Amino acid sequence: MSLLTRIIGWAVLIFGLLYFFVPLGGLFEFSLRARRGVYSLDAYVRVLADPQFQATFSYSVFMALVTIVIGILIVVPTAFWVRLKMPWARPYVEFMTLLPLVIPAIVIVFGYIRLYNTSSWLPLTGSLTGTNALLAFGYTMLALPYMYRAVDTGLRTIDVATLTEAAQSLGAGWITILRRVILPNVVPAVLSGAFLTFAIVIGEFTLAALLDRPAFGPYLQRIGANKAYEPFALSVIAFGITWGCLALIQLVSRFSKMAPPRI
Amino acid sequence: MSFLALENLQKSFGAVQVVKDFNMSIEKGEFVSFLGPSGCGKTTILRMIAGFETPSGGTISINGKDQSRLKTSQRNIGMVFQAYALFPNMNVFDNVAFGLKVAGTPKTQIEARVKEMLALIRLEHLADRYPYQLSGGQQQRVALARALAPKPQLLLLDEPLSALDAKIRISLREEIRQIQRQLGITTVFVTHDQEEALSISDRIVVMNAGHADQIGSPSEIYNHPATRFVASFVGTLNMIDAVVADPAAQTVRIGDQLIALRESVGNRKPSDPITLALRPEAASLSEHGDATLRGEVISASFLGSVVRTKIAVGGSTVSFDMFNSPDLRMPAPGEDINLHFSSGDLLIVRD
Repeated sequence: MSLLTRIIGWAVLIFGLLYFFVPLGGLFEFSLRARRGVYSLDAYVRVLADPQFQATFSYSVFMALVTIVIGILIVVPTAFWVRLKMPWARPYVEFMTLLPLVIPAIVIVFGYIRLYNTSSWLPLTGSLTGTNALLAFGYTMLALPYMYRAVDTGLRTIDVATLTEAAQSLGAGWITILRRVILPNVVPAVLSGAFLTFAIVIGEFTLAALLDRPAFGPYLQRIGANKAYEPFALSVIAFGITWGCLALIQLVSRFSKMAPPRI
Repeated sequence: MSFLALENLQKSFGAVQVVKDFNMSIEKGEFVSFLGPSGCGKTTILRMIAGFETPSGGTISINGKDQSRLKTSQRNIGMVFQAYALFPNMNVFDNVAFGLKVAGTPKTQIEARVKEMLALIRLEHLADRYPYQLSGGQQQRVALARALAPKPQLLLLDEPLSALDAKIRISLREEIRQIQRQLGITTVFVTHDQEEALSISDRIVVMNAGHADQIGSPSEIYNHPATRFVASFVGTLNMIDAVVADPAAQTVRIGDQLIALRESVGNRKPSDPITLALRPEAASLSEHGDATLRGEVISASFLGSVVRTKIAVGGSTVSFDMFNSPDLRMPAPGEDINLHFSSGDLLIVRD
């Protein structure tokens, strides 16, 4: 390798790093300037002390957990069944799980509102619980591409067909097989899908805003429109949470590598 | 009354008929092997007994009870797979306990039964290990214990030894047979390895293209193969082309040599073609038996305990084995030798 290509390689790398980190650095630097003339954490203190921040953030965390549970309940049996009994249906199911990436959330939420409004046959938007449920279902759909892919990849690492047959020959029914054999073996995959879901739900704006639920996304937007320094502090916090999630995924997948199922 | 009865069993996948009108009854406590090349339908029959496949026709009954309406989980069978199929998320103890837990057995009984099973396979000391920490042979023994723990009425073994290396394969097959005898459990074993089937079974079913070519004890199968397929699949066998010389005297002509047979040539006429079979170990160079074939040595290969020699006799190649000894003189290619055997060892092969 010549000196020139080496220099070019380094230059590209440094350019890439700068491309990502300069704006982030600027953001962080600006978020520290709430007090005139000196760096301080005032903006952070104010954000964290805001009862609305706490309320919306805990609401979104709760919704994220509900979404994850619904997602697992839908995706794990589906991916398992497709792998076991309907391999021909895989391309179709994969296509369907990709739809949320193609159809904008705004279209989905307008569809929801038209379909489940108070004068429809299933007036979900008529009550708070109904609207919350609708929001959770919407989130589940937004997270579907990530959840399905993660679980499907997890199922690929185990011999689903033979394990299922072994469990059946030992007297286990479908529920037992899913709960005791399949799910425990795809835990790392389910977790990585769950963290991605978590990150999506925490930052989601469209669904929550149009269904008028007090989630973190709309709060972020409102602060951004009305305050000077706090939105940047919030962004840094949001980044921190997302990166925390990614780090957790890394950690979990490393643990799973330590105990490979050797089949 | 047989314990496991398979009657007119058939299975088709689309237009392909994999199992054609299969009939067999297996006694309680019997160890039966299904032997055949891949694609002969042996695994399909096993999977139908287990309930993983639904027969296209015919019935399976265990202990007089028709199984066709029962799901796998209701049949009370134990199954061991080629790929071990231990649950990777559970340790050895929990794997063996799985069937008992599913059945809702009380905890103290589970513990006692699992201990008993682990003692049976001599792996008590590995109860806390996970499958990925075990060797292939250990995993397969755990799989056997797991299958036996809920006291199944029938044990199904689907090529359980094929993924293991040669030494473990032999020791484990002896262990399987010994455990099977000890528990007296009716067992169906599927394999494509003839040595495995011969060494382990009470009876062998030789499968060919979806039906049983022959059902019999290992020695019957080996010494009296019913068809050309069985003869060629089980052991090595010389096929010798001959023509009938005199049906009344039961003589045949191999090249220009006349040999008298012990069995009747049937309704064949003089100069009809006939195929004879001879086991390589039945012939020798020393004077014994009442039949002799003269031929030219093609090759002699040294295989350790035996020396395998091939000679050309009237257009056919006949190989025969001699035990090795330090003072053995290897036949030289091109040499003419006399091969002696008993005429009773010469079998007429039906197609």
